[in-house]
Amino acid sequence: MAENALTSPSSSHRRPFSWGSPLTYGLALAIAAVSIAPVVYVIVGGFRTTPQIIADPAGLPDPWVWDNYARVLTRSDFWQQAFNSAVIALGTTLAVVLLGVCAAFVLARYSFRGREALYTFFTLGLLFPSGAAILPLYLMLRDLNLINSYYAVILPQVAFSLPLTIVILRPFLAAVPRELEDAAAIDGAGRLGFLWRVMLPLSRPALVTVGVLAFVASWNAFLLPLLVLGDADLHTLPLGVQNFSSQYTSDTAGILAFTSLAMLPALLFFTFAEKQIVGGLQGAVKG
Amino acid sequence: MTSTNPTLSPAGGMSVPPAGPPAARRPSSRAAETRRKWYEIIGLTTPAVVVYVMFVLVPMGFAVYYSLFRWRGVGPPTEFVGFNNYVLAFQDPIFLDALRNNAIIVFGSLLIQGPIALAVALLLNRRFRGRTVVRLLVFVPYVLAEVTVGIMWKLLLTGGGTVDALLKQIGLGNFVQAWLADLDVVIWTMLFVLTWKYVGFAIVLLLAGLSNVPPELTEAAAIDGASWWQTQRHVTLPLLGPTFRIWMFLSMIGSLQAFEVIWVTSVPAVRSLGASATMATYMVDNGFFARLWGYGNAVAVILFAISFIAALLFQRFLLRRDIEGAVTGRRN
Repeated sequence: MAENALTSPSSSHRRPFSWGSPLTYGLALAIAAVSIAPVVYVIVGGFRTTPQIIADPAGLPDPWVWDNYARVLTRSDFWQQAFNSAVIALGTTLAVVLLGVCAAFVLARYSFRGREALYTFFTLGLLFPSGAAILPLYLMLRDLNLINSYYAVILPQVAFSLPLTIVILRPFLAAVPRELEDAAAIDGAGRLGFLWRVMLPLSRPALVTVGVLAFVASWNAFLLPLLVLGDADLHTLPLGVQNFSSQYTSDTAGILAFTSLAMLPALLFFTFAEKQIVGGLQGAVKG
Repeated sequence: MTSTNPTLSPAGGMSVPPAGPPAARRPSSRAAETRRKWYEIIGLTTPAVVVYVMFVLVPMGFAVYYSLFRWRGVGPPTEFVGFNNYVLAFQDPIFLDALRNNAIIVFGSLLIQGPIALAVALLLNRRFRGRTVVRLLVFVPYVLAEVTVGIMWKLLLTGGGTVDALLKQIGLGNFVQAWLADLDVVIWTMLFVLTWKYVGFAIVLLLAGLSNVPPELTEAAAIDGASWWQTQRHVTLPLLGPTFRIWMFLSMIGSLQAFEVIWVTSVPAVRSLGASATMATYMVDNGFFARLWGYGNAVAVILFAISFIAALLFQRFLLRRDIEGAVTGRRN
């Protein structure tokens, strides 16, 4: 019955989409506005002066001033923090993808005793939230003399991202047809050659997804850097924004500008990688 | 899985070619092959296992150990106090406030974000011009750093700030509160900010779930004369169940860990009175900043135990069918 309906040419016109259109538009606009208005306010507010903001908190810039943004952009510590954030995020991403794909490859393509136990062992990590472990983690990093180094942030971030990475990658790697593997074996490639020359290129979408998730999480991270990066030269952008806002409480316009500039990379990155992020979440749901 | 069909995966491993070369091999090659397979397995998994064990599992073990001492973090812990730190925590009214606040955040998030996200996801699942843009915008708050969100709302909600001015402009001046300073109001303000930040995540997850609902089903329902609402109610929503429960699970675990937004948005003085404290902020305040390391680790263990039990209960009663095997082991 359903198939008949599907093949009938009129079926697509019968969907009741027309009646609600104005309402749909109105609601969709309202939702979009609620999501984005505070963000727009912060960016636009950065073009005002603090006295303007205090006199009329909900007003528009009049005139537009560039001074706040210029002040932030000429601060050397802003650039240092952006650099630190970038190094830590890239290091985390590379390590997560590398370690994750190696482990997921074994879990997906090798049959051996204890394989499922090993997988369960990794998935157990999904129940260990990094927030709860932060104090002992700090103590351990201190004993390892890693406090105030990039590693103090990168290593725990990698460790806590591995479970989700493996959960997303394993089904993807397992889905690559066996015929390809046999063909590679006949062509003389070992299993490692197969991983390097066939698996990695084929699984690029999944690798990009886990990479993007790890990058965004690292770029936004606050609690771990707060505890382990006491040295101001190593501060990341989230720490920088927080310090700036509590140091110059009366410089509202400056805080707005700094906040805008700090969130800009995340917003840009997001618009480019939105598909991967959403795809990753989708993959995690199906996991 | 590759292991389900024995004819496809011989005991020697997965890359034994079906015909040809093996016949020419020397008798010992099979043992050598097995040994090489194990070298590869160990070589490829060891880095991940080491990092994972060292930075995820070991610290939690140490937390249990440290929590049994009164310890200022200098030198090895020596002053054994048994479970005294745990007793102290449950006797501290501030910690009990933190527990209550976590409960408010857990249930508040589920009860507020759930219906909103469902409604918005169903709306955004309809076809209209600009749908892609709206979907993108809805997700923006989730991508922003917690710190950014916290500072933003702190500025907006400050006394005489933008939110107050806007409320006055639209004639709701009577509703103005000391959003961040009133001890009875601040936790609800926190809940509002958290909702704004995370509802987009729920929407995107549900949209992903909706995209898995086969269009044939809704089309068939429509042809059978079901209205848009009846179609959603009887066809779409039941199929969305698994996605919704997974969102509930993630939201619950996240709410129990709530730290960044609250740390940044609420004033330390308000937090230290318990009005906006959560278990995580309480733990960091006491353990790291007040240097009560033994006590802080006890709070960490409590936080972990609560999350763990909540996760297991949730899995036992609600998630069982959805992620069968993901954590409890596969059964095939």
